[in-house]
Amino acid sequence: MLGTLRGRAIVILAVIAGAFYFLWDTRQELCEPTSDDPAAGEVAIGCSWVNLGLDLQGGSHFVLEVSDPDGTLTDEAKRDAIDRAETVIRNRIDELGVREPLIQRVGAERLIVELAGSQDPERAKGVIKANAFLEFQLLHEGPRLADFVAALPRIDRAIVNELGPNALGDRALESVDGGGNTAVEELLFGGGDAPELTAEGDSAEAEAGAEQAAEGDTGAQTAEGPIEGDEDGAAAQDSAAGEEEADTLSTEPEDRPLTALLLNSGQPGIYFVRENDRELVERFLALESVDRAMPRDTEILWGADPIGVGAEPYWELYILNDEPAITGEHLEDAIPNIDPQFNQTIVQFEFNRRGGRIFERFTGQHIGDYMAIVLDNKVFSAPVIQARIGRRGQIELGAAPLLEAQDLALVLRAGALPAPLDIIEERTVGPTLGQDSIDKGTLAGIVGILLVILLMAIYYKVAGLLAIVALGVYLVLVLGGLAAFGATLTLPGIAGLILSIGMAVDANVLIFERTREELDAGKPARTAVDEGFQHAMSAIVDSNLTTLLTALILFQVGTGPVRGFAVTLSIGIIASFFSAVYVTRTLFLFYLARRRGARQVSI
Amino acid sequence: MRILSDTRYDFLGLRRRTYVFSAVVVGIGVVALAVFGLNYGVDFTGGTLVQLQFQQSTDAGAVRAALGDLGADADISQYGSDAEFLVRMPSFEQAGQNVTERLDGLMDAAYGADVGSVVRVEAVGPKVGSELQLRALLAILLSFVVTLVYLAFRFEMRFGVAAVVATVHDILVTLGLLALLRMEVSLATVAAVLTIIGYSLNDTIIVFDRIRENFGKGGRRADYKALVNRSINEVLPRTVITSGTTLVALLSLAMLGGEIIRPFALILILGVIVGTYSSIFVASPALLEIEDRWKRKQGGVAGSDSRNAKSPATPPAAARSQAS
Repeated sequence: MLGTLRGRAIVILAVIAGAFYFLWDTRQELCEPTSDDPAAGEVAIGCSWVNLGLDLQGGSHFVLEVSDPDGTLTDEAKRDAIDRAETVIRNRIDELGVREPLIQRVGAERLIVELAGSQDPERAKGVIKANAFLEFQLLHEGPRLADFVAALPRIDRAIVNELGPNALGDRALESVDGGGNTAVEELLFGGGDAPELTAEGDSAEAEAGAEQAAEGDTGAQTAEGPIEGDEDGAAAQDSAAGEEEADTLSTEPEDRPLTALLLNSGQPGIYFVRENDRELVERFLALESVDRAMPRDTEILWGADPIGVGAEPYWELYILNDEPAITGEHLEDAIPNIDPQFNQTIVQFEFNRRGGRIFERFTGQHIGDYMAIVLDNKVFSAPVIQARIGRRGQIELGAAPLLEAQDLALVLRAGALPAPLDIIEERTVGPTLGQDSIDKGTLAGIVGILLVILLMAIYYKVAGLLAIVALGVYLVLVLGGLAAFGATLTLPGIAGLILSIGMAVDANVLIFERTREELDAGKPARTAVDEGFQHAMSAIVDSNLTTLLTALILFQVGTGPVRGFAVTLSIGIIASFFSAVYVTRTLFLFYLARRRGARQVSI
Repeated sequence: MRILSDTRYDFLGLRRRTYVFSAVVVGIGVVALAVFGLNYGVDFTGGTLVQLQFQQSTDAGAVRAALGDLGADADISQYGSDAEFLVRMPSFEQAGQNVTERLDGLMDAAYGADVGSVVRVEAVGPKVGSELQLRALLAILLSFVVTLVYLAFRFEMRFGVAAVVATVHDILVTLGLLALLRMEVSLATVAAVLTIIGYSLNDTIIVFDRIRENFGKGGRRADYKALVNRSINEVLPRTVITSGTTLVALLSLAMLGGEIIRPFALILILGVIVGTYSSIFVASPALLEIEDRWKRKQGGVAGSDSRNAKSPATPPAAARSQAS
C-alpha cells in the first residue's frame, strides 16, 4: 500500500519537476540578451515563463503570398518562389536583428512572418516586401526614342479604342486648359514634329545637366522650365502650319489621352506627369492593347519619388530599353552612406568579379548615354555614363533619411526576392496594448481561480481542498506543457486557460458526487472513494476525449490565435485529466491512510 | 454541504413545453440570422481595423474629422473608455501607401505628436477573409462528424445523433444571438463557438454516460422515460456545480479581462448556459424520441428491416437486460 503510494508520489513529483524544468528552460531562452544593434528597432520585452503571443507582448504578424495578378504562374513556380523567398526573408530579418522571428511556410504559396516586439511594423513591412530587384537599364535616346514617339499616336488610339472617347474623364478639361500653355511653349521651345531632332537638341542641354542628373535632383531643376508640350500635341499644332500627315491627328485631348497627360521634361527619355494624373496614366499603361502598340524593346517606368515643382508634385516617367545591362544577381555588397559633397544619402554597391567585367564592358560601350538605376521597377536615378565603370557604383536617394539607405543596403545584401510578394494579412499590436492585455488577463485569471477555489472549499470541505491542490498542480502542468511544446500563449489562449480551470474541476466534481452517492448507499469510506473514482472514469474519459477531438480539429483547421487557443485547450485537458484523476486519487489515498480505520470522509 | 441531492424533477415531463421554448428561441435566432445576418469582422470580410488610443478623452466626431478622407467610409466606434476608438475600414491596402502610416500622420497632424497613437492594426485581404470563412465552417462540420463517429463507437449511434441535435441547437441559438446583438464575428468568435460545442458535448456526454450506466443496471425499456429522468437528476448536482465554477471563471474574465477578451467571454457564458440547458432539455428528450421511433419501427417491421439487423442501434445493454 505504502509502496504504491510512494510510487504515485514519485510519479507526481517527477511530472511537476519536469514542468518546472521546461518553464525554467524557456525562461532562460527568453531572457537571453537580444541583439544590441541600434538599428534593430526592438526593445527587450523582459523575461516571461512562456512564449507570449504577439497579441500579448506586441509585435507584427504578416502573411505573404506570391504575387500573381495575371494568374500565369504554375503551382510549381509558386512553390519554388516561396521556397527561395523564405530564405531571402530570413536573411533580411536576421540582418534587422529581430529576436526569434518566426518564418513559416503555409501551404504551397504562403509565408507567415512573425516579429515579436517589433517596434516599427512599417519598417519591417518595407524590408519584408522589398523585392530588391536591381537592374541597370539604358534610357531611350536617338532613334529608339524616335520609335517610341512615333508609336505614341498608335498608343493613344489603342486607349481610345479600349476605353472609349471619354478615357480621360474630367481630366480632359484640365488638359484643355493646359493646351493653351502648350501653344505658347510650342513657340518658345520649337516643334515636336521631328522627335529625333528634339531628342538630339535636348540631349545637348541634358548633357550640361548630366552632373545634376547624377546628383539625383535633375527633375527639380529642369522641371522649372519647359514643362508641357508633348510630342503629339506639338505635331498637331504644326498641322496648322501646313503639315498634311498631321491633319489626321486631332488636337482634342480626348483623342490623345496618354500624350495629353505627358509633359516634356526637357530631357530625352523622361516625361513628367502630374501627381493627379498618375493613376490615370498607370491605368492606360496597364492596358494590353497599349502594350501591343509599344515598340518592342521599350519599357516605361516611374521614378522612385515625386519631384516638387511649386505646389504641384510631378512624377517622372522614364522611357527605357527593356533589356537590362546588368542585374543585382552579381551584387556582392551594399553599404549605406552619406555623400558629404552633396549631403545626400547613398547606397554604395559592389559587384563580384564577373559582374564587374560585364559592367565595365557595358559602360565602356555607352559613354555619354544615360543609364537608369532601377530597383523594384522604380527608377532611382539616371546619371549619364561619363567613363567606364568597374565593380563599384552607387544609388542616390536624395534627401532620404539614412535609415532608408540602411534598409535598402540590407535588402540588397540579403538578395532579391525571386518573385514579388503581396502582404495579404497583417496584424500588429503595440507593446502598451500587449502589456495591458497581460495585466488584465492575469487579474481576471487570479480572481477566477480564487472564486473557483472558494466554491470548491466550501462545497466539498477536505475533499475540496485536495481538489484545490490538484488545481495548483494542474496550473503548473499547463504552463510547463506550453513551455515544453514551445507553444505560444495568446489572449484567446488565456481565455482557454481560464475556461479550462472551470472545467478542470469538473472531473473532481464528478468523482466527489459519485463518492457521495456511494456513501449515501451506505458503503464504507474507502470503498466509496474507490468506487467514486471508478464509476466516474468513463464519463471523464468520454467527455475529455470529445473536447480533445474538438481542440484537435480547431488546431488543424484554425490559424493564428485560434491555433494558440486549441493548443492551450488540449494541454489543459490532458493536464486536468492527470491532476484531477491521478493527483487527487493519490492525495485521497494519503488522506485515508492517515485516518486508518476512520469510517468518515470529509466530502 | 449538498445541493439538489436526491431530486426527482420530471424534466422529460416538461419536454413538450421545452420543445416549444427551444423552437421559439431557435426560430428567433434563425430569423435574426436571415434578416440581419452575421456582423462579420475584418477577419472574414477583409479590410482594416485600427485601434486608436488617446492621452485624453475625445469623441467619435472629432476622430472622424481628424481622419479626413480616410474616415469617409470608416466605421468609428468608442472602445471601452472615451479615449479609445476602433476604426474599421472596408479597404485593405497591401501595397505602398499604408493605411496605418497615413493614419499615424493624420493623428499627429490633428492631435499633435504622441497625444494619439495607433495601438493595434488588423488588416486582412479579401481572399484571406473568404478562406477563413470556409475554414470556420469546415471546423464546425468536422467537429460534428468526429462527435458522431466517437459517440457511435463508444455508445451507440442514437446517442451520437441526439448529441448532434443538441449541438446544432446550441450553435443556432448562439449564432442567432450574435446576429441579434450585432456582435462582431471574428476568428476568436469561431474559437468561442467551437468551445461551446465542446462544452455542450461535455455536458451531454456526462448525462448520456449515466443513462447508459442505468440501462446496464437492468432498466426496462418500458420505463425508458423514467430512466432518463432519473439519470438527469442523479447528475444534476454535478451539472450545477461545474456550470457554476465555469461561469464564475468566465464572469471574472468578462468583467476584468479587458475589451478584447470581453466579447469572447460573453459568448462562452452564453454557451455554458445554453449547453447546460440543451443537455437536459434537448439532448435527453431527443434520445427519448429516437428511442420511441426505434421501438415503433422495431415493433412494426422487425426483421424485415435489413438496416436494423446490422445497425448498432440495437442497444446491447437493453438486449442483455431483456435476455436476463
